[in-house]
Amino acid sequence: MSFQSLIADLQKFWAAQGCVILQPYDMEMGAGTFHPATALRALGPQPWRAAYVQPSRRPTDGRYGDNPNRLQHFYQMQVILKPAPGDSQQLYLASLAALGIDARAHDIRFVEDDWESPTLGAWGLGWEVWLDGMEISQFTYFQQVGGFDCDPVSTELTYGLERLAMYVQGVDNVFDLDFNGAGGAARITYGDVFHRAEREYSAYNFEFADTALLTRHFADAEDECRALLARRLALPAYDQCLKASHLFNLLDARGALSVTERAAYILRVRELAKGCCEAWLSGERPTS
Amino acid sequence: MNSGPRRGELLLELLSEEIPARMQQRAISDLVNLVQAKLAAAEIPASDVKGYVTPRRLIVVADGIPAAQPDRSEERRGPRVGAPQPAIEGFLRAAGLASLAECEIRDTGRGEFYFAVRSHPGRSAVAVLPEILRAALNELPWAKSMRWPGARLRWVRPLSSILCLYDGEVVPLAVEGVPVGRTTRGHRVLSPGEFCAASAADYFDKLQHAYVVFDHDRRRALIGAELDRRAGELGVVVKADPGLLDEVTGLAEFPVVLAGAIDPDLMSLPAEVLQTAMRTHQRYFSCAYPDGRPAPYFLVIADNLAPDGGAAIVAGNERVLRARLADARFFYDQDRKVRLEDRVEALKERVYHAKLGSVYDKVRRIERLAEALAAYIPDATPALAQRAARLAKADLSTGMVGEFPELQGIMGRYYALNDGENARVAMAIAEHYKPQGPHDACPTAPESIAVALADKIDSLAAFFAIGERPTGSRDPFALRRAAQGLIRLVLENALRIRLGAAFAKAVEFVLVASPDSAELTALQEELLQFLADRLKVHLRDQGVRHDLIAAAFAQLGAVGLLYTANYEDDLVRLLARVQALRSFLDTEDGANLLVAYRRAANIVAIEDRKEGRARSIDVNGDLFVLPEEEALARTLDSVGDCAAALANNERFDEAMAELARLRQPVDAFFDKVTVNTDQPELRENRLRLLARIRATMNRIADFSQIEG
Repeated sequence: MSFQSLIADLQKFWAAQGCVILQPYDMEMGAGTFHPATALRALGPQPWRAAYVQPSRRPTDGRYGDNPNRLQHFYQMQVILKPAPGDSQQLYLASLAALGIDARAHDIRFVEDDWESPTLGAWGLGWEVWLDGMEISQFTYFQQVGGFDCDPVSTELTYGLERLAMYVQGVDNVFDLDFNGAGGAARITYGDVFHRAEREYSAYNFEFADTALLTRHFADAEDECRALLARRLALPAYDQCLKASHLFNLLDARGALSVTERAAYILRVRELAKGCCEAWLSGERPTS
Repeated sequence: MNSGPRRGELLLELLSEEIPARMQQRAISDLVNLVQAKLAAAEIPASDVKGYVTPRRLIVVADGIPAAQPDRSEERRGPRVGAPQPAIEGFLRAAGLASLAECEIRDTGRGEFYFAVRSHPGRSAVAVLPEILRAALNELPWAKSMRWPGARLRWVRPLSSILCLYDGEVVPLAVEGVPVGRTTRGHRVLSPGEFCAASAADYFDKLQHAYVVFDHDRRRALIGAELDRRAGELGVVVKADPGLLDEVTGLAEFPVVLAGAIDPDLMSLPAEVLQTAMRTHQRYFSCAYPDGRPAPYFLVIADNLAPDGGAAIVAGNERVLRARLADARFFYDQDRKVRLEDRVEALKERVYHAKLGSVYDKVRRIERLAEALAAYIPDATPALAQRAARLAKADLSTGMVGEFPELQGIMGRYYALNDGENARVAMAIAEHYKPQGPHDACPTAPESIAVALADKIDSLAAFFAIGERPTGSRDPFALRRAAQGLIRLVLENALRIRLGAAFAKAVEFVLVASPDSAELTALQEELLQFLADRLKVHLRDQGVRHDLIAAAFAQLGAVGLLYTANYEDDLVRLLARVQALRSFLDTEDGANLLVAYRRAANIVAIEDRKEGRARSIDVNGDLFVLPEEEALARTLDSVGDCAAALANNERFDEAMAELARLRQPVDAFFDKVTVNTDQPELRENRLRLLARIRATMNRIADFSQIEG
C-alpha cells in the first residue's frame, strides 16, 4: 500500500463516519491539533466531525535527512469527533482494519499517555496506540483548550502517517517509503519528495534562521493577534497565534532561548491562544 | 458445576477503556476498602471482600452480606402523665404521633410518663446497595480523572459498562450514561462478544473462557514463568526486573510472551543503551548469556494469541527495536564527535536553580569540593577527582542523554573513555550520581567517592543556604536522598571526614558574599541535624536504636569549666560511639548508672525550671559535710577528664568503663546524702554536684536522649 493510498483509505473511512474531509491548513504548525478545525472547534457546544492531513513542522527534530526515523516536516492525519462517541476505540480499530491491519493478527495496545500542549493551554487523557510495539497514533479525550473546559468532550485521533506507512510497507527507512505505488521509472519514494527539503530545512532551522528577525516577527505576530482579538476576529487572530507559535519553535531550534526565556515565550503564546479561544467561544451559537 | 450465587453475594465489575498500568493496583485496593467500609457503615457488613484488576476492569466480589439491615427501635420519653396540654401536644408533634393512644405509659420510679416507641424496620440490602455503591464510585480517588459525553461521574477513562449482581439479581445502580446489568465482554480481540453472568462463580468461569486472566498476581506469575521458559529455550537468562514485570502485568488481559532477535551489528552499542531502549521505550525484557554477556534477544509481552503464533507481532517488534537502536547508534556516533571537555561551557545555558545559577556553576563548585575531599579518601588522587567533577555533568548536552535521561553519567563514562580520559575519571563520571536509593550499589572507587560526595554535599549545602529545606512530604530537590547517599558513601567506605567542615566549605562556595560566622554556624548545625535525622532512618533498618544515635550525636565539649554543644560530625566515629554505648547499657553498671543519671538530671531540671536558670556546676569543696559528697566530687573530676580523653582517642569502650567507676560513689551519695536540707547553701552545693553528674556523663554522650 503506497503512502498516498493509505491516506486516501483513511479519508474514505472517516468520510463514511460522517467526517468533513478538510485539506491541510495553509500555515506552519507543530501538530494537527493546532489546526483551527481541532483547536477551536473542540470548544463550544456544536457537534463536529472532521478529518484532515496536516503537515507538521518540528524544527528541533530535523536531522539533515541522515536519520531514518526523524523528520522536521512530516504528516499527521487528524480526526476529531465531537461529542466523543461511546465506541471511539472500536471506530479507531475499524479504521486500522480498513488499512488491512487486522487486530486479531497483531498486538494493539492502548498505553497511558496523557496529552498536553503548554502553548495551547490544552490537555486531555488518553493513550498512545501501539501496533506490535510501534507507536502509530495518539488517542485523546480533550478536556480543555485555551484553559476552557471542552463541553462536550471530543475524541481526537492523530495518526503518524509515515510511521504507519513504514509499518504497513515493512520499510526501515522513512525515505524508502513507496509514495505513489507506481513501478519502474514512475516509482516515487518519500525520499524523492522530501529528502532535499529535510537537508535544507535542517540547515535553515539549526544554522541560518535569523534569530533577530524571528524575534521581531514574533513580536509582530503577537501585536497583530492582540489587535485582532480586540475586534473579536477569532480566526484571523488565531492565525497570528499559530505564526507566533512556529516562530518560537524556530527560535528554540536555533538554541537562541535560555530556559527562563523559553518558559516566558511559551506563556506568551498561551496567552494568545487563550484569547483566541475566548473570542471563538463568544461567537459560537448555543445548541438549538 | 453449581453456578448459582452464594447467599449474600455481591459482584461488581466496572468495565472501562484502558486504565493506566501504574494506577490499577491502587485503584482496586481503594475500591475494595471503600465497599467494605460502606457495607459496614450501612450495617450490612460482608464477611469477605475481594478485588481483582485488569487493564480494563475493576472487579469486587463480596460475600455474606445480610439481606437487610437490623431493625432499630427508638424510644423517646415524653411528659409526665397529667402534664399540661401544650406540653403533651408539643411532644406528640415532635415524635410524629397523632394521639396519646399511640404512646405507652411507664412508671419510671419517679412517676408515670408517656413514652413514644417507634420501630424502624431495617432496609433491605437490595435497597441500600445502589446508594452505597454509587457513593463508593463517586469517592474512588484517581490521580487524574476525566469527563466524557453523557456521564456525570468522573473516571480515569470512560466506563463502558457495569455488571452488578446481588444474590444473582441485578442491582439497579444508577450511573448516568453507563449501562448497568448482568452483561459484560471478554478480551477485546480474542473474545469480543457479550456474555451474561448469573453469579460470581459463573462470571469468573466465563471470564476465564473469554481470555481474561483476571487476577493481577496470577498474570504476573504467568508472565514470570513464561519469560523463564522462553529464555530457557534460547539458552539465555532474563534480566530480572520486578518493576517492569509489574507494569507489563497491567498492560495485558491475556499475556503471551514472545521472543525477538536483535541485529548482531547493533549489539556493539553500550549494554546500558540497549537495555534502556528496550525497557523504557518498548517495555521489553533483555536477556544475557549465562556468562553475563548481553544476548541478542528480547522478550515482549503481547496481549493477543495470534493465529500465526505471533510471527507478525515479533517481526513488527523487531523492526521497531531496530529503528530505535539505529536512532541510538546515530546519537552515539554524533555525540562522540564532540569531546566532553568541549561540552562543559554549554552547561552555562542549563539552569540548575534560579537562585543557585547554572549547572556550570555547580560543576565549578563540585570541582573544588571533590579535590578537597580527595585528601580524606584513601588512594584518591585530587587532580583526577577534580577532572572527573569537571566532566561529570558534560553528557547532559549529548543527544543520547537528551533521548534517554536515565543514562546520564553512564554515557559520560563511555564518551570520556572515547576522549582518552583516565579510566578512573571515566568511572567517577558514571558513578557520581550513586547511590540513588537504598538498593543501589554504593561507589567504592576513590575518585568516584570523591565526586559522588562532592555532588551531594553541594546539593545539601546549596539548597539549605537558600532556605530550601525538605518539609513533610515535600522534598522537590531530593535532599533526603542526597543525605542518605552521603551517609552510605561515608559509612560503607569507612571514611574519616568531618562533615561539619565539609558543609562549611560547600556553603562558602555557594554564597557569593561571605556569610558571617554566626550564620555559617547556624547553617552548619542545621545540616548536621538533618544528617543525624537521616542517619536514624538509615540505621533503623539495621536495628540500631535511634535514641542511641541521638545520644552519640550530641555531647558536650569542655572549654574550661564551660561546656558547649558539640555535634559529632564524623559518622564513623559516631557509629563506634553508638556501639560502645549499646554494650555499656547492656551491663549492670551501665543500666544502673543510667537510672542514677536520670534521677540526678530530673532533680536538677525541676529546680532549674523553678528558678528559671541553668544551674552552675561549680561545686564548693568547703561545703561538703558527708564523706560521700567528697568522694563523689573527687571521682567526678577524675572520671570526667579521663573518659573524655579516652573518647578523644576513640577508645570508647574504655571511656564507658571509666564512666562505670561513677556507679558506686553516685549510689552511695543517693543513699546517704539528703539534697533537700534546710540549709540553703548546702542544698545548692548538693544540687550542683548532681548537675555535675549530668555534665560529666554528657561529655561522652547525651544520656538524656536515651529511652526505655
